[in-house]
Formats: sequence, C-alpha cells, structure tokens
Amino acid sequence: MSNFLQYTIFGIMLGAGYAIAATGLVVTYTTSGVFNFAQGAVGMIAAFCYWELVSAHHVPVLLALVIILVIGAAVAGALVERVLMRRLHGASAERPVMVTLGLMVILTGAATLIWNPTTERSVDNMVSGQFRLVGINIQYQEVLIIGVALAVAFALRALFYSTRTGYALRAVVDDPELVAMSGVSPNRMSQYGWILGFMMAALAGVLLAPTQTTGIQIPAMTLLVVSGYAAAIVGRLKNISVTFAAAIGIGLAENYVINYVLPHLPENLVPDVTYALPMVFLFIALVTLPSVRLRAVGRLTTMRAPRVAGGKESLIAGGVFLALAVVAAIVFNNTDVKGTTLLTLGGMVMTLGIVGLSLVLLTGYSGQVSLCQFSFMGIGAFIMGKVAGGGSVLGLLAATAICAGVGALIALPTVRLRDLYLALATFAFADAVATGFFNDGHVFGVGGVTIGRILLPGLSLSGDRAEFLMVTVFFVLAAWMVLAIRRSLFGRRLVALNDSPAAYATVGLNIGFTKVAVFAIAAAMAGLAGALYGTVQGVVGTTDFDFFPGIIFVLFVTIWSIRTVSGAFLAAVSYVALNQIWPNGVGLFAGVGIILIGRAASGVLGIEPFQFPLPWVRRPTSPAVGPAGDLVAPSALIGGETSAAS
Amino acid sequence: MTDLAQVPAGGPAGDTHQLPPSVAIKGVRAAYGRIEVLHGVDLVVPPGSVFALLGPNGAGKSTLLKVVSGRMRSTGGEVLIGDRPVGKTPTEKLVKSGLCAIPEGRGIFPNLTVRENLRIWTYRGGLTVKDVEDKTFDTFPRLKERRRQMAGTLSGGEQQMLAISRALVTEPQVLLLDELSMGLAPLIVAELYELVGTLASQGMTVLLVEQFVTTALAVATRAAIMVHGRIQQEGSPKAMADAAKQLYLA
Repeated sequence: MSNFLQYTIFGIMLGAGYAIAATGLVVTYTTSGVFNFAQGAVGMIAAFCYWELVSAHHVPVLLALVIILVIGAAVAGALVERVLMRRLHGASAERPVMVTLGLMVILTGAATLIWNPTTERSVDNMVSGQFRLVGINIQYQEVLIIGVALAVAFALRALFYSTRTGYALRAVVDDPELVAMSGVSPNRMSQYGWILGFMMAALAGVLLAPTQTTGIQIPAMTLLVVSGYAAAIVGRLKNISVTFAAAIGIGLAENYVINYVLPHLPENLVPDVTYALPMVFLFIALVTLPSVRLRAVGRLTTMRAPRVAGGKESLIAGGVFLALAVVAAIVFNNTDVKGTTLLTLGGMVMTLGIVGLSLVLLTGYSGQVSLCQFSFMGIGAFIMGKVAGGGSVLGLLAATAICAGVGALIALPTVRLRDLYLALATFAFADAVATGFFNDGHVFGVGGVTIGRILLPGLSLSGDRAEFLMVTVFFVLAAWMVLAIRRSLFGRRLVALNDSPAAYATVGLNIGFTKVAVFAIAAAMAGLAGALYGTVQGVVGTTDFDFFPGIIFVLFVTIWSIRTVSGAFLAAVSYVALNQIWPNGVGLFAGVGIILIGRAASGVLGIEPFQFPLPWVRRPTSPAVGPAGDLVAPSALIGGETSAAS
Repeated sequence: MTDLAQVPAGGPAGDTHQLPPSVAIKGVRAAYGRIEVLHGVDLVVPPGSVFALLGPNGAGKSTLLKVVSGRMRSTGGEVLIGDRPVGKTPTEKLVKSGLCAIPEGRGIFPNLTVRENLRIWTYRGGLTVKDVEDKTFDTFPRLKERRRQMAGTLSGGEQQMLAISRALVTEPQVLLLDELSMGLAPLIVAELYELVGTLASQGMTVLLVEQFVTTALAVATRAAIMVHGRIQQEGSPKAMADAAKQLYLA
C-alpha cells in the first residue's frame, strides 16, 4: 500500500510537470493557432541554463529563475512570435509544423554545441528535504512542483475567464481580424500567447530537471514533455482544465506502468517500453479522440504548383542523370573524403534521395505530413540485414513489402487525421520506433547490423563503383515512378485529396483507400531506400535512423522543395555533405534554412529564378488573371479527362 | 487617443455641432494576389450622411470596406477619413480613433459568452463594462436574457444584434456596415436598419454595403452602384433605386 502511495505521489508530481508544459502549449495554440513542437526543446534549454547558473556558477535559485523565466523565456517567446511566426499567416498548414520543428532542431543543435553531451550534469532539487505522511516519504520538491502546477493552472484560468485581456486572448483564435476591429492588436495577443507558452515550457523544464536521476541529457529533456503533448490533445488544444487533469492522469499512468507492468516483462524490453511510453500515449490520444477543427491560418488559396515533367522529358532527364553518374563513377573512383569514398557518399545521397522522393509523393503531392520516413528506412535496413544472411534480392523485396505493410498499418488508424494531428502521430511513431525498437539490443545491437552487397548471378556489385551505379539506377527508377504517379489518375486524386478531402469524398471517391495506398507506397519506398542504404554502408546502426536525423531530413526536403524530384535529390546532397563537413551543425542548418524559407510553399526551388533552370523547358503560359496551379476538374478524377492541372 | 479629424465643411449653414468626418476614396485599387478586384474607385461619403453602396455579388463592395477599415492594403489610390489618410494604419488604431466596422457574416466571437463579447467592446476606450451592458441590454433586452450564453449558440438575428451593439456602445464617428441583412428574416432586418437610422441621426458618417436595395435605400441619404470593381453611378437614393432596377432586371 505504501508503495502504491509513493508511486501515486511521484506520478502526480510528474503529471504536474507535464501539465505546466501542456497548458503552455494550449495557451500558445489558442492564441496563435500554432502548435509549438519546440516546447520540449525550450524546456530543455531552460533546464541547462538552470544547471549552468545554479550548479556551475552558484547563482541563487530565485535569481536564476527570474533570469530564465522572466527575462530569457519571455524575451525568447516574444522574439519567436515576432520574427518567425507572424510571417506565417496565410502559409500552408504544414508550414508552422516545419518551422517549430526547425526551432526544435536549432535549440537542440545549439545545446549540443554549448553543453558537451558527454559531460554528466545533475540538477539538485530546488528545495531539499522530505517529510513523512501516512507512512510514505514525500519530498518537498514534489510538493513544490504540484503546488506550482496548481498555481499556474488557477492563474491561467483566472486570466482567461475573468479578465478582458483573457477574453481577447481567447477571441483572437476565432477571428483575429475582428479582434483588430474591436480595437485590440491581434499580433500583440498572439505575442502574449507565445510569451506565456515559452515561460511555462521553461518552468516545466526547470522543475523536472532534478527528476532526471542520471543527469540532464539533451534528447531526453527535449522529449520529456511529450507526455504533455498527449495531455494537450486530450484537452482538445483549448481546454486548460481538461489538459491539466489529463496531464496528471498521464503522469500517474506512466508511473504505474513503469512500476507495476514493466517488472513482469522480459528485462531487455524494460528500457524500450519506458522510453516509448510517452509516445504511445500520444499516439493513442491522437487516434482515439476526435480531432478539433484546426484553425485555418489564412484563407483558402491556390498556389502555383511546380510543373510536372512529362513522360518523354523525364526519360531524357533520367538518362542524362545516369550518364553523369557513370562519368562520376569513373572520375571519382577511389577518391576519399575523411576516410569515406566519394562513391559511398554518392550512394548514400541516392538512397536518401529515394526517401526524399517518398516525401514528395506523400507530403508534396497529397499533403500528408510524415515525420517517420526514417523509421521505415530503419525497418527496411533491419529486414535487409536479417533476411537470407543480409544483402540479398530477397531481403530487398522483403524490406519493401514489409514496410509497405507497416505503412498501411500506420495509415489505417490515422486516416482521419490531417495536418497537425498527422504530424504529431508520425512524430510519436518515429520516436517510439527509434527509442523502443531501434535502441533495443536485439535489433541493431551495439555494433550495428552487417549488410553485404547484393549478389546477382553474373553481376558483381562488390565494388564501390558498381554499387553506386546500382543505387543511382534505383533512384532514377523511383523518380520516374513518382512522376508517373503524379501524371496518372491516382496522382490527380492525390492532389484533389490535398486540396479538399470533403470535396474529394463528395465526388464519390474513397479517402481512406487513397490515404492508405499513398502511405503504403511511400513507406515501401523508404523501406527500399533503407535496405539499399544498408548495402552502401555495409553496417548500419541506431544512429543512422534516429529520431532527430529523421526530422532534420524532412526539413531539408522542405527547404529545397517537397514538391519536386530535384528538391528530394538536393536535400539528400545537402544532408550527406553537411554530415561530412560539420555533423553537429546539420540541425542548425536545417532549422535556420526552414526559417529563412518561411512560407514559400515550394521551397528554394519554388523561388522564381530556380523554377525553370533547363533552357529547353518551355515556361507554360499562365492566364493573366484567375487561379493558377494544381486545379483538378472533378471529371478528371473519375478517369475522364486527362488533366486540368498546370 | 486622437479622434478622427473633424471636418467642418459640408454641413448646413449655422449648424453649431461638430460634424463627423467624411470618407473620401480616391482612385483606390486593390487585388487578391494577382487578381485585381478594385480598378480605381472614386467615392466621397459626405460627413454625417448614410451612404448605401449597392451592387451585385463580386462587385468589390466588401473589398472596398476592407480597404477603408485598414484590413486590406490598397495597391493604388488613397482613402481619407476626414483629412487623415488611412494608409498603413492598422485597424485597431483606426478603431481607437473613432471607426467602427461591422464585417460581413457575424461580427462576434462565437466561443465567448455574450457578456465576454461586450467586455471586449470596451477596448475602444473610455467605456466601462456597465455602460456597455446597460446600453446594449436596454436596446436589445433579448441579449440580456442570453448574457451567459456562448455567442455562437445565439440565433442569427441575436448574433447580428450583438454585432451591431458594438456600433451602438462605442459611438463611432464613422460606421462601416457590410451586408447587415445577410441570412436574416425581413422583420429582423427592418429592426436592425431602424437602429442604423437612429445611430445616423445621432451624428455619424455611415457607409453601408447591401444587396437588399429597398431596405438600404430607406435609410440612405446618398447611394452609389458598384459593378466590376468600379462605381457605375452615384446619386440620390431615389435615382439609385431606379438604376438598381435597371441593373438587376436588365
């Protein structure tokens, strides 16, 4: 019984910490319509700043809190709203997701540069000591966290429901223009929302830091408040009281599972389940609860879609690309860069390019945000390594097929999710797979999984040159396939699904089937890419397909252009090149890049001077007035006309 | 807070009370992306008048009101309220200096209660919660009964009453009304327009956009017809009623 009470107190304390972070998320969302994926990273930075000030420089606790919360977090929140978020009004739905993810990787990247990850940093409780109550020990720190969380919740409730500023803060999400017409600056209200959100993230980070028994770590602290994300979803991103209660519930559930369920599981699974638990909660919350109507940022607009290359044109471009690859294979054979041959790097570019192409199909064409393509890639590599001794055609086929199946399985429960909710679900899946599956000693293990070169009768692929050319052929085939899909009836359906699911359904088409199909195809492509990546690298391990690299790669594709084949290729080039040049700075580049791109839907390649680089490609004549872009006539979806697009 | 510039000219000789400002629209152009919808609109709303802007769907009437209220930037020309150009002044500043715009649809916050909506009207400055509530509930007793209800759960007519209560309590100098009658029963429309007439008689410049020609012209002192982003005709309400018949029946 006393154990149960002890676990309960700790669970409530943990939940209280989540509650602070989650209510911060809700405040930001209700006032600006943006879900801040960087909420955890802000908490992480606050925790490290607290360690720096209090543990390293012996600054008094109260002064440190004032510096971090009142000065640091508030100023940072105000700046982020002013510099990053205000520009996003009217941008496509996935853009705020990408920009806040960009902020997350910038903060984690900066933290890695400032605080060496190998040093152990433990944070002491703010208040030491404990007391006994009904036979259990309760630490003053636990009481402090619960008390602060309650105080924050009551203060927020009072602010939102009893003050004029609170009414305006709630009103701004419904109709910012009308708020302005009432004499209040909607931008200022959103800024207050970001300031409050940042302050609460920082407060959660600082309060939960001492609970990290092995010291504060950058990834762990960043993802610590993910349970808070689940609570915010339960609170439907607007209800502070429900969010608070849900956070406490999740804290308790987490602690009960850890203490009562895990001891009955095989020992090797314990850390996997522990790490994956918050993400599992988030995933369950997303797929089981009704989604709220997401706030549309700006009005419904059509944008100029990048031109889709015709069949003949893509054949010629693919041929030229292959010819250039052959020349590169001859010229750069045996050229080394920092101990890796250039052709191996080229092979990595091609395989990652295929992952980029899967994103073009999934996100670029059909608007389904996916942050978990690296998970499929990792699963593909794992299967490749385990089937038929590694490095076989059978393994390649198995990796592709199994990933297609897993993709469909993930797509099934998430069929009704869109935009932010889909991003969160794939975010949760990506982290759960990385921490709960890839990290398991039986999957990639300490030394990684060895994958040999593919053996084909009469053809030797053991040399770097042959291997590079083989993966290049796969990349070109994948590019042809993606473009062919886009030109086909199915491609027009994807574009229509992206534009308006409601209109799509009213034409009599099946949303569920289309979504599951495109998810499965994209997952199969990523799985194939993973298997090929394994044959290029020889040995693959957890770090190759980790959560953060996966996010960073999506950002690179978005920066270059998530809607074009060349965007996928250039993203792979920059990702591989930067990883060679400055591995710790890749996240910073991705974060800064996505912020600079801002609301440009088609990325760098969508910017005018980059749009038609090939002299023989005729610029299509567009009407002087009237919408331009990916408009699809309903009849073209059923299979009548060829296309009304572009 | 500075009030919109007072314009003494234009009133009857010997009129001692100050007139509200005029609204002068000079060669205004506006576009949604590359699509221009206002192609050089010229219009002067005399001080203290009720000006009805008529025209078919898509003529650009609402867009013009957006430009006048600072919600949309013009791509050419200028708008003067009194002698002050609207330019890039944000809407909230225009509001604080005496402009009130009731937008198309319902100008209310559906997820706030009636009372909370009214509380937001006090941002106009110089208003107390009591002033706002007393004045609104005296005019619309039905809103008093529903004061604790979410505004989104009110009927269409009640929502529009709540929306127009902003004009009632903030006593603006310039009032812009966009399709007040949209989706409402004729009786309620008549009631609301009666209020517009009362407000106008208290001294404010009113520019209203309406498709219900007869209702709008009943309160208007001057009117214009807008077609395809241009003012086609301007004149007395009587003359415009005839012109509108021609336009709609032709």
